[in-house]
Amino acid sequence: MKGIDRREFLKIGGMAAIAGLGGKAAFEILAPGKLEAAQQIPLTKGKHWAMVVDTTKMDDALMDVCIEACHKEHNVPNLGNPKEEIKWIWKETYEHAFPGQEHEYIGERFHGMNFLLMCNHCTNPPCVRVCPTQSTWKREDGVVMMDMHRCIGCRFCMAACPYGARSFNWGDPQRVRTDEKLMPMNPGFPRNKDYPTRSKGVVEKCNFCAERLAKGDQPACVEAAAKVRKGALVFGDLADPHSEVRKVLKENYTIRRKPELGTGPNLFFIV
Amino acid sequence: MYDGGKIITGLVIGLGLLLFPFFYNAGKAAKAPDPELTPKAQEAKVCVMDKAYMQSSHMTLLDDWRHTVVRDGERYFKAKSGTVYYKSLQVTCLDCHSNKTKFCDQCHDYMGVAPYCWDCHLEPEEKK
Amino acid sequence: MLDTALKGTQRYWGWLIFLLVLMGIGLGCYLYQFQEGLRVTGMSRDVSWGFYIAQFTYLVGVAAGGVMVVLPYYLHDYKAFGRITILGEFLAIAAVVMCLLFIFVDLGNPVRIMNVIMYPTPNSILFWDMIVLNGYLLLNVLIGWNVLSAERKGIHYPGWVKTLIYISIPWAFSIHTVTAFLYAGLPGRHFWLTAIMAARFLASAFAAGPALLLLLCLIVRRVSRFDPGEKAVRTLGGIVTYAFILNIFFLLLEVFTAFYSQIPGHMHSFVYLFAGYEGFGKLVPWMWTSVGFAILALILLIVPGTRRKDDTLAVGCAAVIISSWIDKGMGLVIGGFVPNTFDRVFEYWPTTPEILITIGVWATGFFVLTVLYKIAVSVKEEVGA
Repeated sequence: MKGIDRREFLKIGGMAAIAGLGGKAAFEILAPGKLEAAQQIPLTKGKHWAMVVDTTKMDDALMDVCIEACHKEHNVPNLGNPKEEIKWIWKETYEHAFPGQEHEYIGERFHGMNFLLMCNHCTNPPCVRVCPTQSTWKREDGVVMMDMHRCIGCRFCMAACPYGARSFNWGDPQRVRTDEKLMPMNPGFPRNKDYPTRSKGVVEKCNFCAERLAKGDQPACVEAAAKVRKGALVFGDLADPHSEVRKVLKENYTIRRKPELGTGPNLFFIV
Repeated sequence: MYDGGKIITGLVIGLGLLLFPFFYNAGKAAKAPDPELTPKAQEAKVCVMDKAYMQSSHMTLLDDWRHTVVRDGERYFKAKSGTVYYKSLQVTCLDCHSNKTKFCDQCHDYMGVAPYCWDCHLEPEEKK
Repeated sequence: MLDTALKGTQRYWGWLIFLLVLMGIGLGCYLYQFQEGLRVTGMSRDVSWGFYIAQFTYLVGVAAGGVMVVLPYYLHDYKAFGRITILGEFLAIAAVVMCLLFIFVDLGNPVRIMNVIMYPTPNSILFWDMIVLNGYLLLNVLIGWNVLSAERKGIHYPGWVKTLIYISIPWAFSIHTVTAFLYAGLPGRHFWLTAIMAARFLASAFAAGPALLLLLCLIVRRVSRFDPGEKAVRTLGGIVTYAFILNIFFLLLEVFTAFYSQIPGHMHSFVYLFAGYEGFGKLVPWMWTSVGFAILALILLIVPGTRRKDDTLAVGCAAVIISSWIDKGMGLVIGGFVPNTFDRVFEYWPTTPEILITIGVWATGFFVLTVLYKIAVSVKEEVGA
């Protein structure tokens, strides 16, 4: 039984019984009368997805939990080499996450403190502006999406992104399944059999878990964090005044990375 | 004609090289493919479209799926029968057609096509 | 006219075969890169463009530089350049061919290159770069070929070619402006985010392009019976001098802005390039080599006595080429990526396959250039005889 379909069907309402029938997995069959309803359910309801990282509730162990959840969900390989590293979500110290803002008298808490970084899903994304094939674009719900089928690997977006959020597949990521050195670092790769890997020569990055949003789920990192500590990561719709993200943004002082560039990052940090 | 002999020799060699693959493979016709359905696929009886369409145009459908899923976020497909399918090569198609070597590869090899879908989309593990 | 390329001395054929060998080695390395991916290069997620894009940037300049003979001849009726416009146009063709090849070998997914045309994206500068580069190639092929074949037949070239020539002049400026925009429009890369980038590019182009053309003229004069003309060489020397002075001036403007403003992000790349940053300084000797050659070039070009002598002028032009190749190639591209957006340093150095592929592309360009020049010179000799 694949979760995707089951959850979707549960949402349709009263269909649990049908969804529970047989082991037909992704081949679920609905009663014809309910079809229209199924299709009218918006797959992603957000208008302006954003994330808030509450650094007061974050610690390295929790960040590792989030990173692990993401890498597992998206089959992100460990290539054992910073030059080839694929980064969807990662840790970075204050002085490097916010270069130019560090100073020697800064609060003690920030000494050597890590920040959890990922794609900012900018409101005005430079990577989208420069892509010559529209392989990366801004969805209506705010997700800056990648189409790996179309990417020609020119890496213009990597030069354009001021946040280092984009990674390139310098080689074939699937080699971690056979390469003797890399195999031990990637046990069970690819760990999510419902999500593809990538091929060599394409750029990739955090997609705000578009595949999970489609089912009405929270991003993998947020879900994983919530299991450990409530409120360390908050994800939601900025366009919805009653959303959780709006609430925490209203109640706290937040900072963003390099806001002076006009990119409009949608990743906020409570400090 | 100047250098007529040389020109004709050159032409013959050129033509010979061009036709070499035909001579080389003459009389060695590959066995026509006979794609096998898994019990699961047989039980389901229908695919997302009728058999004739799937045989001739599954690539068009898959291309349309990948485009609409990735770019438009439309992840469900309503078949003529009214059945709704989750549009995914890896999750939906290969769930039924889990015998990739006998179902997909046979024809692809015969036709000499090498779709790059499998560079990323995971193949099901097949029992030998 | 192609027939003239098939009749040559042993030296001519030897040179072509030598280039073919280099092209073969480059192709072999490229097939290896195609198989393994760009991980066979020295590039990384932090320095995501390298030697290939550096060559591309430099060669767009060489291509644009050809306009420095076309413009005076066609717009100002400067007759001395009439003999060598064809050399400028053919140099542009070879340079653009190399540019396109360098873009191609830099792609992670070269088989999808047509996506740029299938999904035209006017907001991407790369889309416009594709248009201007291919357009410039086409313009120069059409103009060069028609003008030369008319000259061979002893007739005036058709009227529509004149229109193309007029279009090609602003077009030459556009190729380098657009290439500068690839860099100058990116937020968060302080080293590139400068309004003077396009002007700097053009100044260096108008130095490096004519410098190479001048050297080629001197070579042509030596290996064939066609003389590009004393006056043309002298004027080219003057153009190289002024353009190179402007180029250095523009560079110094950047240095002033960065260091007087004391904005760290603006200074860091310069510090990395010329002094080393946080203990990393792989490019420092190269950048000072560039400075050294720039000083040498300035002396040889500005002093009238050395500028007017062919030997010293040739050395001056070679110095311009070396200096601007380092500065505008590696310096500009790598300097933009180091330090990276996290203010961390990851250095870059090309690998052997990367260098061999680069040499292969250069050999391809010189192959095209040799054949085209052979045709041009043969026609000139034929007409002159």
